[in-house]
Amino acid sequence: MHAIDEIKEKARAAAGKPAAYGGDLDLCEYTAQPGECAYVESLQDLEELGEEELARAGVEKSGRERSGSFVQIDGTVVHRKALEKGLEILGTREALEKYDWLWDYYWKAVAVDSDKYTADVELNPFEGYFMRAMPGSRTIYPLQACLYIRQPRFVQRVHNIIIAEEGSELHIITGCASRHEIEMGLHLGVSEFYVKKGARVTFTMVHNWAEGMDVRPRTGVVVEEGGLFMSNYICMEAVRSLQAYPTARLTGPGATARFNSIVVGQPGSDIDLGSRVVLGAPGCSAEIISRAVTKGGRIVARGHLKGETAGIKAHLECHGLILEEGGLIYAVPELEGNHPDVDMSHEAAVGKIAQEEVEYLMARGLSEEEATAVIVRGFLNVKIEGLPPLLEREMRRMMELSESKAL
Amino acid sequence: MSGSHQDGMPALELRDLHVEVEGKEILRGVNLSIRSGETHVLFGPNGSGKTTLLMAVMGFPRYRVTAGSVILAGEDVTALPPHERARRGIGMMFQRPPTVRGVSLEQMASICSRDELDVREVAGELNLADFLTRDVNHGFSGGEIKRSELLQLMAQNPDVVLLDEPESGVDMENLQLVGKAIRILLQKDLRRKRKKCGLIITHTGYILDYVEADQGHVLCDGVIVCSGNPREQLEGIRRYGFEECAKCTR
Repeated sequence: MHAIDEIKEKARAAAGKPAAYGGDLDLCEYTAQPGECAYVESLQDLEELGEEELARAGVEKSGRERSGSFVQIDGTVVHRKALEKGLEILGTREALEKYDWLWDYYWKAVAVDSDKYTADVELNPFEGYFMRAMPGSRTIYPLQACLYIRQPRFVQRVHNIIIAEEGSELHIITGCASRHEIEMGLHLGVSEFYVKKGARVTFTMVHNWAEGMDVRPRTGVVVEEGGLFMSNYICMEAVRSLQAYPTARLTGPGATARFNSIVVGQPGSDIDLGSRVVLGAPGCSAEIISRAVTKGGRIVARGHLKGETAGIKAHLECHGLILEEGGLIYAVPELEGNHPDVDMSHEAAVGKIAQEEVEYLMARGLSEEEATAVIVRGFLNVKIEGLPPLLEREMRRMMELSESKAL
Repeated sequence: MSGSHQDGMPALELRDLHVEVEGKEILRGVNLSIRSGETHVLFGPNGSGKTTLLMAVMGFPRYRVTAGSVILAGEDVTALPPHERARRGIGMMFQRPPTVRGVSLEQMASICSRDELDVREVAGELNLADFLTRDVNHGFSGGEIKRSELLQLMAQNPDVVLLDEPESGVDMENLQLVGKAIRILLQKDLRRKRKKCGLIITHTGYILDYVEADQGHVLCDGVIVCSGNPREQLEGIRRYGFEECAKCTR
């Protein structure tokens, strides 16, 4: 049997398999066909999305301070262009046609039969981006990608493959968003990251969905010797349901993974978000930091660190703030050590805002509401180690944009 | 900030102030009057109600005023929340301020000054330049906390300055720095036009070597038992202890 036949076979077998976590969605409810969108050579010519809409997804329409851009609306790639040498951006289907070797990476970091959502992406028309940083290439500016849903009742199926070749450095800012009027929609996003020896990848993602959207990202990361993968995830606006549990496997000595997630649960939102790192080689390290604030929504904040070998170091931090009654935060930190010589720790805390902090700020002249806002912003203000200054600035900007609407 | 006070009117006045904390009466009728330009110090044994007095003046809800009033420049502020009092010119140095994660000292100082002060310059003078980007109070030593509090107060520029044990936990070298900052806060170098007034809690009296005080008060068991020359009071307390002080009916 050919590899692709095997993949399809596995997908078909998993087509009815519910996910391990999150509410089970009936895929038959999403019936819409994709709308037509024309390809544009320049982002400036993109009429479907305005500057502000793109900005909220972290995308700079002018392309300034970006090394390339990718935009997909519903099921169509409407723009993709790399602006720097050593970088490549294509639509995933286009890339699979162009490169035979890419099939060696296809469904290798995420199992196609993980659940019905991964299977659905394989068994139906999909798009997504392929990004590759050539060996030793380093870019100052990040690549930007936007996955946008315009059509109600549409399933956006995305399969991204990101490869950072040996010694390369790749920074990605990506935004997923939908039209706010959408009463129902589904985003299925498979992302497979391959971080080769000594490569560094930072992946900063902001989600701005609508109240009726269900979202099921499926992410797998493989980090080789001395490589670094860093994910910064921000979701502050309303979403009907979001369930994801990205998993990084550190396969080479000295590999590192860091996951930072900042989530606000709006009333009616059901969020089940985790991060998992499997530390499989000596000298590997991992850090998972999660900040969750609920304004009435339900948030399950998971974290799982698995130390499989000696000489690994890993820490998990999961903090939650409950701002409104009716909100729920369920923190599930898990440590799993398979060797006596592992150094793994976690801390978790869930509660309300400390009154003494509010009063401290009030004594400096802030009203109770102002003081609360400063404390919540501070709580979400995770200090991210190792993010280049430009990206740190961008991330702050993206957070401020999200915060201004969400808090 | 309220700026100028009418001549003759106290900047801060406490009239028969009774305060309880969690149902227990701590202050039992405190009367105190501080005029613009004056600095008063407050002595008293542990548990006598000194910090409660400052907290009640600042208006924290846990410190419930059951009788009496707090008058700020002629206005009764007893019913006002802390931020309204801060906006009217009361500023307080906390003895054990909380850490506010994710909020840097620089942000805090900017919040206090409403962006009207060159925070970096003042932080440099207070040996705090390296602390500006750190979360406020996180991992600060006793002395660093005092200097951080003073930086925030200098940014806030209050007319009525409340200081809770500004010298505790501060080494000799930094005590000089703390003293200098308090002198600036209280406009000690101005003689005629001095507007600021202060109320300082001190256990050791060391701060008096750096900041001259006009009047001292001894608080015992929730009432002021003695008001007078602060240096004489300190000498008396050192010699005879607070017990004898409490017997004094002067």
